[in-house]
Amino acid sequence: MIDKRVRSLAEAVAGIPDGAIVLCGGFGSAGLPDALCEAVIEQGARDLTIVANNAGTGRTGLAALLAAGRVKRIICSFPRSAGSVVFEELYAQGRIELELVPQGTMSERMRCAAAGLGGFYSPVSVGTRLAHGKEHREIDGRLYVLEKPLKGDVALLAAHRGDRWGNLTYRKSARNFNPTMAMAASLSIAQVRQVVELGEVDPEMVVTPGIFVDRVVEVAI
Amino acid sequence: MPLNRRQIAWRAAQDLADGAYVNLGIGLPTLVSDFIPADREIVLHSENGVLGVGPAPGDNEVDWDLINAGKQPITLVTGGSFVHHTDSFVMIRGGHLDLALLGAFEVSEKGDLANWTTDDPGFPPGVGGAMDLAVGAKEIRVLIEHTTKAGTPRIRRHCGYPLTAASVVRRIYTDLAVIDVTAEGLVVRELVEDIDFPTLQAKTEASLRPALDMKVLSAPAV
Repeated sequence: MIDKRVRSLAEAVAGIPDGAIVLCGGFGSAGLPDALCEAVIEQGARDLTIVANNAGTGRTGLAALLAAGRVKRIICSFPRSAGSVVFEELYAQGRIELELVPQGTMSERMRCAAAGLGGFYSPVSVGTRLAHGKEHREIDGRLYVLEKPLKGDVALLAAHRGDRWGNLTYRKSARNFNPTMAMAASLSIAQVRQVVELGEVDPEMVVTPGIFVDRVVEVAI
Repeated sequence: MPLNRRQIAWRAAQDLADGAYVNLGIGLPTLVSDFIPADREIVLHSENGVLGVGPAPGDNEVDWDLINAGKQPITLVTGGSFVHHTDSFVMIRGGHLDLALLGAFEVSEKGDLANWTTDDPGFPPGVGGAMDLAVGAKEIRVLIEHTTKAGTPRIRRHCGYPLTAASVVRRIYTDLAVIDVTAEGLVVRELVEDIDFPTLQAKTEASLRPALDMKVLSAPAV
């Protein structure tokens, strides 16, 4: 019998090693796995590399994990946004490394890792500072840079509903990076608002099939 | 009179074609969604996976699962849909959007765009989807204030700030003028009343020339 449900947040984040690359879903606060991020503080992993579109807002969720000093490096498209106070403090003090990646490149690098591909040639960033040091190649008269796959050791996800097989649905724009990240990590952990019985989710509506998900924990919010 | 920010957005909205798929960047361009002409169906795309962005919600309709690129609450129009990020950037990078309206720090006379970093060490850079949009959408237009608050021109011979993409901007809407980037240089299509051409040129580092049929730039009080 397959049962990916776990009873607690502690169980959900158990075993995340120090130094792990952690993909963290969300765009702004929509679809951000706040409860899982905070559970990682309790769990104790350090020297993490976080991959997330933004660098947290306020002092909860991802921002709390940053504030606890557990993140040495963040791979991010837009770290600075309204309320990104913790990141800005750490950045100003030189206590966090930032790798800035164009948003679509970040997403596609993870998709490549998920799909078993060695990378892709992208026209994005050509002629800019973010292309420095990257292999350039002209294909059919257009210039591209080589972008390498980005694989996570762990993905922390937020979804709307999930079942014991790990099938996930999302709600509105809270879907964002979560489906790609679910596919791109060795260990994918989802907090869901509601755990439902197997078969309750219409198969046509499943966005992330359970093959990509390892643990499901209900966090009613 | 110079246009206010909402009037710049109003002016840009008047040029949107019926049936166009359009991305609105954060900042000034976001205001364009308030001024879509009533006789046209325009499908607004938001990089975070929303196709069919509607007007801002009323106070009791706010849903924090439904936000735009600037993380502000939005609504979805009838016929709208949601996709995940990778598909959203397939739309952007793959040339499926007719137009992206973007903000900028600077634009050059060649249409170079600089809008992701000012290299201020105390102010972390943020690229977001700007580079993807700049090379992926079929056309790029920029909405900016003509100068900085200190009066420094934003339309320059060469961008001083690091580029987002080279030679991509085709039209610039400012509080003073509508300017096209052409193979022959910057051409002023519209200029606000009360400002003459030499005054506009003095507020612009790059060389301008008036279109033969240059019109008055005006907007309703919005």
